[in-house]
Amino acid sequence: MTILEFGPVSALLVISVALALIIANISRVMGPQRPTYRKSVPYESGMKPIGPATRRLPIKFYLVAVLFIIFDIEVIFFLPWAVSMRDLGVYGLTVMAVFTLILIVGFIYEWKKGGLEWE
Amino acid sequence: MSLKVKLGIAAAVIGLLVTLLVVVLIIVNLGAIADWVGFDEAGNLDGRQGAIGMLLNPEARVGKVIQCEDDAGCSGLWPIIFAAGFAFVIVTGFAYTTLLERRLLAFLQHRVGPNRVGPLGFMQPAADGVKLVFKEDLLPAGADKWVFRLAPMIKVIPILMIAAVIPMGPDLVLPWFAPELGDVWFQVPQGLIDSNVGVLWVVAITSIATYGVVLAGWSSDNKYAMLGALRASAQMISYELSFALTLAVPVMIVGSMALGDIIDAQRNIWDWFVFQNPLAAAVLLLALLAETNRAPFDLTEAEQELTQGYMTEYSGMKFALFMMAEYLGMIAVSLVAVAMFFGGYHLWPMDGLPILAPLIFIIKVVLMLCGMIWIRATLPRIRYDRLMQFGWKVMIPLALLAVAWTAVAVVVGEALGGTAYPFISGVVFVLALLLGYVALQRMSRERASDIAIPLEDDPAYTGERRGLGWALVHLVGMLVAIPLAHIRFQVRALEGMASFGRTPDEDRALQSSETAIKRAGDYLSE
Repeated sequence: MTILEFGPVSALLVISVALALIIANISRVMGPQRPTYRKSVPYESGMKPIGPATRRLPIKFYLVAVLFIIFDIEVIFFLPWAVSMRDLGVYGLTVMAVFTLILIVGFIYEWKKGGLEWE
Repeated sequence: MSLKVKLGIAAAVIGLLVTLLVVVLIIVNLGAIADWVGFDEAGNLDGRQGAIGMLLNPEARVGKVIQCEDDAGCSGLWPIIFAAGFAFVIVTGFAYTTLLERRLLAFLQHRVGPNRVGPLGFMQPAADGVKLVFKEDLLPAGADKWVFRLAPMIKVIPILMIAAVIPMGPDLVLPWFAPELGDVWFQVPQGLIDSNVGVLWVVAITSIATYGVVLAGWSSDNKYAMLGALRASAQMISYELSFALTLAVPVMIVGSMALGDIIDAQRNIWDWFVFQNPLAAAVLLLALLAETNRAPFDLTEAEQELTQGYMTEYSGMKFALFMMAEYLGMIAVSLVAVAMFFGGYHLWPMDGLPILAPLIFIIKVVLMLCGMIWIRATLPRIRYDRLMQFGWKVMIPLALLAVAWTAVAVVVGEALGGTAYPFISGVVFVLALLLGYVALQRMSRERASDIAIPLEDDPAYTGERRGLGWALVHLVGMLVAIPLAHIRFQVRALEGMASFGRTPDEDRALQSSETAIKRAGDYLSE
């Protein structure tokens, strides 16, 4: 298996990039261009915008991102194991169960600590 | 003349020239085309020659068949033709998915929906597109210019690429213009690649689209956009875990990540993986609703809270690009779900003709889309904290359970051999069903006993339907209430009569009691 196997995909990649470029820029060519101050102000339901948009964010989102990385690694381990599961047999199943158990212990700890609550 | 008019005229002239060229080419090559289609010298179509004969009678193929990848011309040209056709079909599919959504939603809500532009509203997507083309493309003052322009493209390109690894049907044998090779047929795949890391490709490419959302929200310099992007990214990565975990289930059963192998393992309806592991299929269907930000998980575009979420600041065709990404995402994840759990292009009696396979695939995808629209019409949007808790506390444990189910069944079935796999899978199925039933019972009992319902919210009073028991209570309450109401009105009427004709106040009271009697009479006669 080489990178050449993915050659045919490049046809679709070229088409999709061209399509995206054309669609994203066609309005700039065909549409009117009459920028005014009021049009370029960020939309805030008709009010004048108060303060910058990039302000401090709830820490919960970062927590979700960290948890996601941990579990995504688990998924990445799952998929190759799933392919060769029949060859690995009971031994592979046991090893994977131990690996998952460790993760589940962490998951339960996270749950009980209240890391999954959104208040 | 403005630039716009000039461009329009140029486009019209180019379109006319291309059409003329195509017509001239067709007229010049009419004989060859007729030959290729399958007409003989006398102009008869006997159905045994040419392309028609090939499609109707695959056994009657003449000449020799060449594998497409063995021929330089075919392996170079076919992917381009297929990719162009695929992009055309999927983009047209996007346009008509919007129409389908609007019409079906209108039907489900007893409205009519768009039906004015063309027959049955069939030109509505084109009209919408033309309208958006001529809209002003705004750039917010505080926006990061390049990221703002790049974000919609980053969102839409990966979604177009997801389906590249999904074969749309078995190999097709096509006649081809190859005079130097003589009378040959080419066996071409109905897909770009059938990679042996197909499932991994789907998971990887799906997560790239999250970048488009985050960058769009961040670069807009808009609070709604920022919040919408944060919500969307948190939601998408949370549900991506259960999505990817359930994709491991068919991989385990088949032992291959190539989607062609997975689809071909589901040739008969009873082989579909949805029947081998319904839990995984259910989790996958829920996860892909959240993954594509569809109702009831459309928190990112909750109009009442966030206007349009991360695409608030986008206008013109850039906005259309985001909408396109959303609907293409629906189509792409439906393709993945159908390929993984619902038999792909197989529908048992219609397996003979490879040319029908894409049609079956499309019909299944359209059914999935109708289901998604139906869900949108039925369910209200759920709250954001509930959404995240549902994703982490319900979906991931259920996905792990589904994976464990199939893993144990496959490994033990392999060790014991014979019919052990379906037997163990069935046992686990019954176990999961029982455990789920018990868990639901316990949860509902806890809820019933823990929360004291205020009297006025009691289902016996509000008439909320809660099963046979409540219906009985309701019936009895009604039977008791009617005599009580009768007695109450009689008592009030008697009181009114007892204080007959004294003071003006009492007169008025009398009048009111008379109206009360009248009302009571009306009420009872009703």
